[in-house]
Amino acid sequence: MRLRSAKTGWANVRTTKVFMSEATLSAPPTEGAPKVSKVSEAIIRIAGNSQDGIQAIGGFLARLAGRSEQEVMTFMTIPSTISGGPSIFQVRIGSGDVLSAGDEADVLLAFYQHSYEGHLSSLKPGGIVLYDSDHVQPNPEFQKLYHHVAVPITSRTVEALGGTAKDKGKNVFSLGLIAKMFDLNVSKLEKLIMERFAGKDESIAKNALMAFHTGYGSSVGNLIETFQFVESQKKSGQQVVMNGNEALAYGLIAAGVRFGAGYPITPWTDIMELLRRELPKYGGAFIQCEDEIASISMAIGAGYAGRVAVTGSSGPGISLKTEALGWAVMAEMPLIVVDVQRGGPSTGMPTNVEQSDLNIACFGGHGDSPRVVIAPTNVEDCFYMAIEAVNIARKYSVPVIILTDQSIGSRIEAFEEPNLEKLCQDISPDLTPVADHKPYDLAAENGVTRHVAPGTRIASGKYPVVTGLEHDELGHPTGSPKLHTQMVAKRRNKLKALASEIPTPKIYGPPEGNILLVGWGSTEGPIREAVDRARAAGDSVSSLHIKHIFPLPNGLQNIFAGFNHVFVVEMNDESLYGYGQLGALLRARYCDPKIKGVTKTDGLTFKVREILEHAKSSIAAGIRKL
Amino acid sequence: MSSVSLPFEILPRTGNLNTTPVAPIADADRLGLTKKQVAADHPTWCPGCGDFSVLALYFKLIEKRKIWHEKITTVAGIGCSSRFPYFVQAHGAHYIHGRALPFASGVSLTRPDLHVFTFGGDGDAFSIGGNHVNHTARKNIKMTYVIMDNWVYGLTKKQTSPTSPIGFKSKTDLGGALDQPINPMKQLISAGATFVARASAANIPHLLQMMEAAMDHDGFSVIECLSECVEFFDGAFDAANPRKGGKFDLVPAEHDVTDEFAAYKMAADPFPGKFGIFYKVNRPTKNKNEADITAKAMEKVQGKKPWEILQATFNRMK
Ligand SMILES: Cc1ncc(C[n+]2csc(CCOP(=O)(O)OP(=O)(O)O)c2C)c(N)n1
Ligand code: SF4
Ligand SMILES: [Mg+2]
Repeated sequence: MRLRSAKTGWANVRTTKVFMSEATLSAPPTEGAPKVSKVSEAIIRIAGNSQDGIQAIGGFLARLAGRSEQEVMTFMTIPSTISGGPSIFQVRIGSGDVLSAGDEADVLLAFYQHSYEGHLSSLKPGGIVLYDSDHVQPNPEFQKLYHHVAVPITSRTVEALGGTAKDKGKNVFSLGLIAKMFDLNVSKLEKLIMERFAGKDESIAKNALMAFHTGYGSSVGNLIETFQFVESQKKSGQQVVMNGNEALAYGLIAAGVRFGAGYPITPWTDIMELLRRELPKYGGAFIQCEDEIASISMAIGAGYAGRVAVTGSSGPGISLKTEALGWAVMAEMPLIVVDVQRGGPSTGMPTNVEQSDLNIACFGGHGDSPRVVIAPTNVEDCFYMAIEAVNIARKYSVPVIILTDQSIGSRIEAFEEPNLEKLCQDISPDLTPVADHKPYDLAAENGVTRHVAPGTRIASGKYPVVTGLEHDELGHPTGSPKLHTQMVAKRRNKLKALASEIPTPKIYGPPEGNILLVGWGSTEGPIREAVDRARAAGDSVSSLHIKHIFPLPNGLQNIFAGFNHVFVVEMNDESLYGYGQLGALLRARYCDPKIKGVTKTDGLTFKVREILEHAKSSIAAGIRKL
Repeated sequence: MSSVSLPFEILPRTGNLNTTPVAPIADADRLGLTKKQVAADHPTWCPGCGDFSVLALYFKLIEKRKIWHEKITTVAGIGCSSRFPYFVQAHGAHYIHGRALPFASGVSLTRPDLHVFTFGGDGDAFSIGGNHVNHTARKNIKMTYVIMDNWVYGLTKKQTSPTSPIGFKSKTDLGGALDQPINPMKQLISAGATFVARASAANIPHLLQMMEAAMDHDGFSVIECLSECVEFFDGAFDAANPRKGGKFDLVPAEHDVTDEFAAYKMAADPFPGKFGIFYKVNRPTKNKNEADITAKAMEKVQGKKPWEILQATFNRMK
């Protein structure tokens, strides 16, 4: 079994070499009792059907890890079929930094034959498969490769809970198994289980605890090794545990957003459901509309009425919003559009991940319509960038698109609790009367103007119209070639001013070398792991993650100049000319022929080894050896 | 984990940073507006266009009901009729084709202090914006919506509109319109609008009466106002104009405006049909329903500051 040992923390290196746990506890294993090994992290994959409550196990583990001040990241697939069907949850828990969900699992918990067969390949050689012997018939071939542990999960759960409970509770039973295997904190888990079922019928919580203890106490006959996480070296403060969609939604609330409108579509729906539930507490509202066009229109209307509002979608819903988005650019209306990307085009791959909306986010719509596009890189970042988005939208009176994706939206991470008292903003409109107002003042510094909300008295008696027609400074329509030129420049220049405010991103690794991996959005973790792995193997690789996609930060060319190769790693197609969407944008911006693409379109998150192999083969095929 | 940076300073709580504030005037010291004060750009409509009357009536309404500039918001989509906001000296928004209603809903739902008026044409309302009409009606969002129906696409120069009568010769139906026209009254009643009236730009006192009644209605109030396009459908409404030999029959006094079926039946009368309020009921508005949810939710977190509410949520996520 080859869990990473305490000695090789993640910041060090993961080699592909298989090693047995080295840091065995002082006492040698007594005859019969399993050996206890210290590990710094573990990747556990749970596979079953969606009604098995697999997400709940993942959630418990993630929360527990958060409470133990461990970093945690989870990875989840939602089956395309609404109920039933295969579902997995992968959780990677570590005492150090955990950046990606991990390439291969250390432990697989398989509920059914299809989970067993479908996911064994995700287990690293020598890994442990815990399977429900009531449903799974192990394959002798596989038994040679992986350590098999049979547990009659279904029958033991039914036995413990009595007939009526059927096999509901299998998930909590399995949680008990895992708790035993990893020596997890039982009292904390009990508390989590109680909290989870608080407010429900008392017998439910009691049954759950019973299932948990039965699992925990189950004899796991041929388990030869159990594990203990080493103490976290990182003594951070209190942590919170949530997924990216939640972090983004709460970030918007912290930023002062009080109104939103949307139409359901996976994976954006979570955000709208959360806002619908939460906003009323803050005096706000979230409206479910008849479609995406109505949603963005309602949000823009609310923005015009004085406070930045949010709309969002995924996939085809984003396409529907583009005409209205163009209006918001033209009328210079602040607005937040969340795009939780999924596989496209059209209905595409609703429950898979892809970064293929960069182009529509930056350029979607007719006409020249500069808007702002930013992309958070992890769950914590979703929270903070939501606040940043609102502040950019207000300051520059412009729509801001937040590009996240299915993977960042649904994965759970622990992060340091934000200082909410300091961060929460009040952005309610100020209706103090003004002397006079030009909504599109051409003399404004850098072209940055802001609106006065309706309800504001304007002493001059001249009131503004906000409009999508090209207009003069008061918002009245014009066909003047000169004014169109000036207004187009105004809308462009304010984003140039914004660009000069964006900090140049920091390089991960040395600032000069052979290869620079450039990424954006949710791929930061695997890219950084790729850097670590390559450097450990003696290769000269660094990485750069761009969060501000449009406008780009200034100064990237200086960073690129320090490397022989620049690979833009993204989950989208290489397109006709061989570059992904950010790759093409960077090439257009910097005209630098050394910018190349590392892209893929399988709808899955990047594996560390895919990034390295792709970059290496590209160099081998093209220029020179890595 | 990540290096958290918030490079963008938090702006002060204000929507109008680039303007100089002035002292407020006490409400009691304010006078109503004159027509001159509410008129803005000279309308770009063709001379004789029915839309002029609707605009004149809007000014009159503002004058008569002593609404101040800043309390009215005029919203429109795209079309000749939708140019409306430019001609009114008040806060206004000229939005995109067919989507004025959801935009106006965003204003209405967040700003109970404003009167929201939406104007648009028959194409804007029943073709590209058809579904928004239905949903704004069923949600019963508080605002007044005046559909200036000229049975044709005016701005794009004479194509068939969803209300064009069968046989109308347009540039897209050279041999005459083929498709069954939409009956605005039927459509609005069945969609759940809570105030549905029919008027004509040619009958000014009646139109003013309808506008006032619509404005006073607590809910989504819609007026279909026949407004002749002299350029592309001249004489369309002569049969409804007594001065041109037609007749302008009012909704009979005994009509029960809360009787949906009676209203629907009356809507089936052949042109010119009846004018007046077809249907009017009181149903809680979306504005009220949402405000109730909000009030209830806020009661639970009583007195807490926003950050404290969020903190309580985060405490459960540890
Ligand atoms: C998305 C979109 N499609 C088409 C148009 C072109 N267009 C502008 S106004 C209009 C129809 C106007 O007819 P109506 O709403 O009846 O208004 P009227 O001009 O008759 O007052 C059309 C098709 C547009 N502006 N936007
Ligand atoms: S084209 Fe018709 S609707 Fe448009 S302004 Fe002229 S008369 Fe009025
Ligand atoms: Mg028309």
